[in-house]
Amino acid sequence: MSLKYITPAERFKKYLPKDYVELVDYGPFGKTQEEAGPGNMGQFKELVEEHPMCSGCWMAYYIRLIFASLPNPEDTVTLGTAGCGRLAISQAAVPFIYGNYGDQNAMASGLTRAFRLRFPDKTKDVITIAGDGGTMDIGFSMTMHSWIRGEKFTTIMLDNEVYGNTGGQSSGMSPKGAVLKMAPKGKDFGKMPATELARAAGCVYTVRMSPTNIKKAAKIIRRAIFVAREVGPTFIHAYTSCNIEYSIPTHEVFADAKAQEKDRFTFEEYMTDEAKEVIERVEAEEKAARMARKAQKTEAVN
Amino acid sequence: MLKKVTEGPAGYMPQSAPYMGVELAPEGQALLYGNKVSEEEAMRDAAKALLTRDNPTIFPGPQVLWDWKDDVAAKAEALLELASEIPNCKIIPMPDYRPKYPKIDVKAEINPNHPNLTILDNKIKACVFVGVHCHYANLTLRMIRAGTDCYTVALCAYMGHEEAMASIRDLHAEDIHKFKEIVIEERNKLGIEWETTLPPENPSLPKEDLTTLSPADYGEYRSLIMTRKGEHVTEVE
Repeated sequence: MSLKYITPAERFKKYLPKDYVELVDYGPFGKTQEEAGPGNMGQFKELVEEHPMCSGCWMAYYIRLIFASLPNPEDTVTLGTAGCGRLAISQAAVPFIYGNYGDQNAMASGLTRAFRLRFPDKTKDVITIAGDGGTMDIGFSMTMHSWIRGEKFTTIMLDNEVYGNTGGQSSGMSPKGAVLKMAPKGKDFGKMPATELARAAGCVYTVRMSPTNIKKAAKIIRRAIFVAREVGPTFIHAYTSCNIEYSIPTHEVFADAKAQEKDRFTFEEYMTDEAKEVIERVEAEEKAARMARKAQKTEAVN
Repeated sequence: MLKKVTEGPAGYMPQSAPYMGVELAPEGQALLYGNKVSEEEAMRDAAKALLTRDNPTIFPGPQVLWDWKDDVAAKAEALLELASEIPNCKIIPMPDYRPKYPKIDVKAEINPNHPNLTILDNKIKACVFVGVHCHYANLTLRMIRAGTDCYTVALCAYMGHEEAMASIRDLHAEDIHKFKEIVIEERNKLGIEWETTLPPENPSLPKEDLTTLSPADYGEYRSLIMTRKGEHVTEVE
């Protein structure tokens, strides 16, 4: 199926809403990253555009970036859980599954296995995108067990260090001493060591980062997806601040993300030898394809 | 005939049709107001509703809007032929099921999560659902019965829907042609004059000439325009 399910029935194209026609004509489906990727966001019809997130939300930016970086959007399924993130993720033009709180990794396990049985000759990417509460607190056991079982899909944790959607309770990922609306005395203990736990549970590729550099963040997302296809579970722990609950002025959200790069979210990338092999191979292939396209273009001009 | 399932508004969270004792029609039969009848009887009642009620509309779902299967083209063709025989019929699509917030464009599309908005805004009194996956069709049809006075017709390729006033099962392109013939017959019986005309295109489709688009057309959002590499937009400020 893949690209066929985003091709309109010919006679119905003029009856489709403008949004869908643009998505078909100018969207990223079936295109390369140079044509429609993070490098030229704003110049093609993106998979997620309208969303009801707060003004200045760093999570909304990162979600937009995730969807622009997908290597295979027509064959991708995202899963999420309660939290701010799903408000934007569910509106993207990529199939989205929403379960009970915290069960996204359990659902993704079943889905990945089903895809491999049903479409053995195809690459289907499964990505869970959930907040710190959904991944490390309430969904902790399901997240850990999916990693321990070695399920081949990508887990992305949008860490805003608070339960932002329900009024500001502290989460396991809130930093020690954080004073929040529903934690007025300050949090008593520190952040959970998410990437260490992921590694201990068997993740073959883990990254902790504050996504301030678009190119780098996109590369990480793609690496995690490529490795999950072949080797095993991958995990990205990304800082996506909540400017409302942490009272960060909108114009300082980026500066805060930058500052976190030197504090709680120093860049840390871990990969097993097998994962490294996949990354090197895929990136070399991508580079070769890019060069070939460039040479073709130059030839056409001459 | 005792009408078990009728037009609403039945009120918030109405009793579901199966709970009221409505069963799906067996093969070769259809459902009309929750009763098992012949396919033709259900088609005639549906045709009369589409011809006599205000703003008849066809809501095609993803299964007929997207070219995912070989029989889609024939079905799409048949549906457009049917629509062009119903006077002043509109087509409002349901391209997918994702929620639309903060606001749906009710003139351009219908969404299964709040179908009543499109029906109430367009004052639709008779509608046809076709190509909507069954689980979403059940949800949508019940919501319409709950909150609107719209007559609903379900043209289903599988087992039909209890929540619709008229439900025709195992429906494929040739059955849509048969339905079209019945619509024409009923139209002639009622003495309605109509020249075969295709429904209007989607109102959201752009009419402006994009080649003459300038940053000024973006109004208050013009400062957000991202320039291409090497391009300098002077009209931004």
